[in-house]
Amino acid sequence: MYRYDEFDERFVRERVAQFRDQVARRLEGALTEEEFRPLRLKNGLYLQLHAYMLRIAIPYGTLSSRQMRQLAMIADRWDRGYGHFTTRQNIQFNWPKLRDVPDILDALADVEMHCIQTSGNCIRNVTADHFAGVAADEVEDPRPTAELIRQWSSLHPEFVWLPRKFKIAVTGAAHDRAAIRVHDIGLRILRHPETREIGYEVIVGGGLGRTPMIGKVIRDFLPKEELLAYLEAIMRVYNLEGRRDNKFKARVKILVHEIGTEEFIRRVEEEYARLDGPSINADPEEVARIAAYFAPPPYETLPVRSHQLSVQRGLDPAFARWVDTNTFPHRVAGYAAVTISLKPVGRAPGDITSDQMRVVADLADRYSFGEIRATHSQNLVLAHVRQDDLHGLWQALGEADLASANVGLVTDIIACPGLDYCALATARSIPIAQAISRRFQDPARQREIGPLQIKISGCINACGHHHVGHIGILGLEKKGIENYQITLGGDATETAALGERLGPGIDADQVPDAIERIVGVYLRERTEGEEFIATVRRIGLEPFKRAFEAQGAGELADAAA
Amino acid sequence: MPLLDRNGLAEDPFTRVETTDIEGLGPVIVPWAHHEAALARRGDNQPVGVEIPNTVSVAELRPVLDRFALVAVQFPSFADGRGFSLARQIRREGFAGTLRAAGPLIADQFADALNCGFDQVEIPEDLASRQPPEHWRRALAAISSIYQRGYGEGASILDQRRAARLREASDGR
Ligand code: HEM
Ligand code: SF4
Repeated sequence: MYRYDEFDERFVRERVAQFRDQVARRLEGALTEEEFRPLRLKNGLYLQLHAYMLRIAIPYGTLSSRQMRQLAMIADRWDRGYGHFTTRQNIQFNWPKLRDVPDILDALADVEMHCIQTSGNCIRNVTADHFAGVAADEVEDPRPTAELIRQWSSLHPEFVWLPRKFKIAVTGAAHDRAAIRVHDIGLRILRHPETREIGYEVIVGGGLGRTPMIGKVIRDFLPKEELLAYLEAIMRVYNLEGRRDNKFKARVKILVHEIGTEEFIRRVEEEYARLDGPSINADPEEVARIAAYFAPPPYETLPVRSHQLSVQRGLDPAFARWVDTNTFPHRVAGYAAVTISLKPVGRAPGDITSDQMRVVADLADRYSFGEIRATHSQNLVLAHVRQDDLHGLWQALGEADLASANVGLVTDIIACPGLDYCALATARSIPIAQAISRRFQDPARQREIGPLQIKISGCINACGHHHVGHIGILGLEKKGIENYQITLGGDATETAALGERLGPGIDADQVPDAIERIVGVYLRERTEGEEFIATVRRIGLEPFKRAFEAQGAGELADAAA
Repeated sequence: MPLLDRNGLAEDPFTRVETTDIEGLGPVIVPWAHHEAALARRGDNQPVGVEIPNTVSVAELRPVLDRFALVAVQFPSFADGRGFSLARQIRREGFAGTLRAAGPLIADQFADALNCGFDQVEIPEDLASRQPPEHWRRALAAISSIYQRGYGEGASILDQRRAARLREASDGR
């Protein structure tokens, strides 16, 4: 894991003092509320429905056990004993008091954490593949790149007053687990087909929100050492030319869409040709310095397959089921990456209590080199667990209600805070997630259905990524009543696609039935071993639409009877 | 309107004029719309500045840039950051005159403005009375080093690390 040096340490401490001073100047009236607002947002402090919300950056989703324990302390001392992991690898606290925030920031700085640019019209927390350094299909670990970008984008003198927020994601693998095609900039590390040199594929202009778009490739291959200068060129074009007349048209995706990908590329390349790359880029020694922190941990030499694991699997079917759903193959023999589900039936997706945080921290120390990851599907990962240890880990997780065997299944739902917390919401999303997970709680049924991603947003802003859910649910409001639109066929990976609407919106209490019918069509139509999304692609929307409409008709008939 | 540079409040030798009859008026700032006429009518050695909206492109400025003693970039709102990028581009063109940010910038943007190439900011009276020079001084000193290379006078964190590496390497020898 990356560790702060003296410069990072001083930078973060000074940032806390700066925010303390900003709060003081707001209180004495030197800063108006309008002036203070973006300053507090750039430090992750939102005003929500009932209280402030503080969003803490977990750069590229990696945190240490020590940091996790500090988050637990903060939850107990300044919040209500729990936190919420988000779809952007951050954690949020929903109930801090404004006057406590500078102290919370100090407590974060004590463990090399911060809230810098977790909100506001600037470059946000950089996200990355949560199986970085683990996945077998990886060309290079994306975290050093993400850390370099974190530093470069922090308090950038030129790019903190952008037209709108700006999100960057990085993956180093062929299979995209970082949703790079729905980010403002997506970077994929790859090898040049001829020279074998390492570089980036650069994708710009993806995004969700009210105008969802899939990003466009603007460079097939950017040499690795040119990264920061090229990013500077993209950001400068966007900062100068992104729309500022309408905040709903201000994202870079709209600029790319309006002027066209070709013209956008031309402007970026023109700017790039004029700037002096070597004076901007990090030197290779700096890149190497950062990369050294992400060197593999001291693995043991183990057999490819653990004998102990096969015995325990045989003895304990519940354990075997958890291993099947919640582990991911590790590139090192004898190890596995474990996903800890934060989606137990009937709870708010992504929520975790302070006690659970401490349990995860202890287990990370015991079984996974003290390292924890947050995923964009609102779960946690212990990335390097010996297969021999899986059973012990599973038992310990079970005692803390953290052993739900549902990763990637129908109850592993992504949901935004929605109307329970969010001031922009048009509908609730957490209760919808809870109702669906209750309906599908039978583990055998979940496994029979197989991989299926449901994503729920409580308004058009799409924080819950509903557009790229295999099944997307968007909560709206119609004549004072919550109303839910269902979409089908979304995909956030390298085969990115936006879901399409099945039909008119439905009431909250109809949602579980609707999901049931969709799943019913899939189970009827699927071929041997075919996953949900593959069936949808093969047979198209029609059969699902018919089932969906039949439900609407049925309900009307019931009402008439 | 109050003018601040890195040393605090500054005198403004320039006068803003709306006419193109600028001869004999001393240092003046003319609107971008009049710049051609003003340049044509300036007196010998008369310093002429131009005030530009932040939508003027550097390509439009390029042919005339070296004839101005000052360029004032308008900030219609503190949240509109276009001026920061424009300043960078203007400096990159080799402009060596005075670069001014004009508009309701806030103290917390002072360091960014200077780091992007501005020399001074000119702010409205009411803002200056809420945010006295002491606040601007404090805001300027808040962050002692930034990561980005090539912005401002001080060495960036990346360059300081590089220097430390070189020192270590030569000590080691
Ligand atoms: C509760 C306070 C929140 C507010 C006020 C808020 C506000 C917004 C707004 C206005 C947008 C649309 C921006 C745009 O399209 O330009 C947005 C998008 C988004 N937010 Fe939130 N959000 C909140 C919480 C969250 C949470 C808890 C998460 C994660 C679970 C999240 C993750 C995202 C993501 C991933 C997007 C879409 C990405 C994109 O725009 O391309 N937000 N949010
Ligand atoms: S999608 Fe809407 S309701 Fe949900 S968190 Fe975002 S802004 Fe709030």
